[in-house]
Amino acid sequence: MNINNEHLKELENEAIFVMREVAAQFERKVILFSGGKDSIVLVHLAKKAFWPARIPFSLLHIDTGHNFEETLEFRDNLASELGVELLVRYVQDSINKGRVTEEQGVNASRNKAQSVTLLDAIEELKIDVAIGGGRRDEEKARAKERFFSHRNEFGQWDPKNQRPELWNIFNGRKNMGEHFRVFPISNWTELDVWQYIMSESIILPSLYYTHKRKIFRRNDVFLAWAPFMKLKPTEEVFETAVRCRTIGDITCTGVTLSGAQTLEEIVSEIAATRVTERGGRYDDKRSEAAMEDRKREGYF
Amino acid sequence: MKINNNGSQKSLLRFTTAGSVDDGKSTLIGRLLYDSKSIFEDQMEHLEQSSRRLGKEETDLSLLTDGLRAEREQGITIDVAYRYFATPERKFIIADTPGHIQYTRNMVTGASTADLAVILIDARKGVLEQTIRHSFIASLLGIRHIVFCINKMDLVDFSEPVFKDIRNDLARVADKLEIEDPHYIPISAKKGDNVVEPSGNMEWYKGKTFLRFIETVEIKKSRNGVSPRFPVQTVIRPQSSEHHDYRGYAGRVAGGTFRPGDEIVVLPSMLRSSIKSINVYEKYVNEASSGDSVTITLGDQIEAGRGSLFVPPGNMPVNSHEINIMACWFNEIPLRPNGRYIVRNYSCEANCIIKSVNYKMDINTLEKDFTDSSLTMNDIAHITLTTSKPLFFDPYKENHITGSLILVDETTSETVAAGMIT
Repeated sequence: MNINNEHLKELENEAIFVMREVAAQFERKVILFSGGKDSIVLVHLAKKAFWPARIPFSLLHIDTGHNFEETLEFRDNLASELGVELLVRYVQDSINKGRVTEEQGVNASRNKAQSVTLLDAIEELKIDVAIGGGRRDEEKARAKERFFSHRNEFGQWDPKNQRPELWNIFNGRKNMGEHFRVFPISNWTELDVWQYIMSESIILPSLYYTHKRKIFRRNDVFLAWAPFMKLKPTEEVFETAVRCRTIGDITCTGVTLSGAQTLEEIVSEIAATRVTERGGRYDDKRSEAAMEDRKREGYF
Repeated sequence: MKINNNGSQKSLLRFTTAGSVDDGKSTLIGRLLYDSKSIFEDQMEHLEQSSRRLGKEETDLSLLTDGLRAEREQGITIDVAYRYFATPERKFIIADTPGHIQYTRNMVTGASTADLAVILIDARKGVLEQTIRHSFIASLLGIRHIVFCINKMDLVDFSEPVFKDIRNDLARVADKLEIEDPHYIPISAKKGDNVVEPSGNMEWYKGKTFLRFIETVEIKKSRNGVSPRFPVQTVIRPQSSEHHDYRGYAGRVAGGTFRPGDEIVVLPSMLRSSIKSINVYEKYVNEASSGDSVTITLGDQIEAGRGSLFVPPGNMPVNSHEINIMACWFNEIPLRPNGRYIVRNYSCEANCIIKSVNYKMDINTLEKDFTDSSLTMNDIAHITLTTSKPLFFDPYKENHITGSLILVDETTSETVAAGMIT
């Protein structure tokens, strides 16, 4: 193993253990794949956990239609390289079918609508476990999340009534119609993820490295500009050197002004930063319990 | 304090803190996070706003850990929250748990994965019922290192005799509970004395500061014992042309060390074989030790799968269909006497019946009650199970993985109890 950091090795051992528990305890298994670094790390861990066999999970992408183009290309290449099934379900289809109403106005986002598309996909595909890249250090509601997180038949999370999780015994038993979300990298921090990417030489979409992009400023967050986005009269689009610290729906993913060109430079930048990763996520700025509320409804 | 940087060798320490509303637990954690630069600007700004909104005079660091709406509204910690911080020497995972008796199950959960427990004592009050309770849970879960922080020393004039009296009382508790490695540190979490920096107010204390202590305490990696144990999680069969006959047993070593060539016995079938290879991903390794997630292939085509346990021929675990455990009850529905449950011990599952409740612990006084056999949420008791097939296990004292189990309700599928095999 080429990991020289003892704590990364322990986190990897733990995550692989969790992946294998998922493989053993469930039937229809998917990795929720967004094209972001955390889901790419999940795929890498799965590759290591089941070698020389193929990954026993399909990749499920909930597509908001508001993507960075590079991530779609990256997604398709990764799926074909691994030889795994790629499932894509579109928020636009949920809107067309009247399952959700599209938000209007300048702050309109399809972030919340994703939960509906995701839950529909879980029901349609009879998925009993969805593996996600959520980490407890990301957000205060996530800090209370289990590795094996139970969802009732409506796909809802009940944070006050979670199953106890002791030692490394994960109870994935469930009744008909219920499912689990599993978070193998629960105990990783943002810095751990980057150090791991560096030590394992994991390939990431170029968006994570500094590049020139058209951006604008909204409430202290720099957002990437795309043709369909509505601007307020005071907002101005300009081009500058940025990189993405997280990648999600383009309408709510903040970008970082940065000169980091290599993984070493990114790791140093993350180690020195004074703002959290989700500080650049516009979707979390809506209310105190924005994440808890979305998670209750079935969010990732 | 410097922020950790890339490349350095860094170990991982998991610790648990139990505390009640006013004992300064949140302040201590807040200070560790703040001083290690693990609280970010946007989080701090957010904390200040929330504190103001709730009408607090000072920024309340407990709002950082109490993440759920109900917790913030009620001003209490309900569920275990996991927190992370790092220093140049170590990365830390804190399992922050509520200290009130009605959340005993959450304390047990937080303690189950901890290498070290921190127990806070108010210097003005000394050893209380809750101190006994928290110490008992830490010892029950087999946590080797316990740090008693005698807090609020500023409110007793940083008095050495006050500290010494409390330390002597605590030493008696630690002795009774057979705590292996107790430590006593006088601190003021609020003022910062002996938390990160040595205190100028207590020069009579020659020991390490709290942070220095948790940075340097030796982590006994072999807490899962020296007896080699390998529970199989799943079988890897690629069935590809390149790896046509490959049959690998995937699992995480639960004790000792395994090497290619080692003779093993596969339980429960009792068939003997030898280890042909050990893989970590594509790499063939010379050994796998406790904690390593690996894939093992055997020299013979024999029957093994999820729930199997590989052990050396001369070092067998206990084999019985009757198991004695110290159980903590987790569910709102009380234990059903003679009820049927599913028992999970590592990857092995069986049905079981509650044969008897032998005694119940009063965890505030450490008295055993042999007359009361009811078991409701948060109760801790010694019970005997009869399983549908004989299981292979070790005493919890020797191995936390092969010595621990959970009980699952057949109807609700919920985890209703956790047990440590005695």
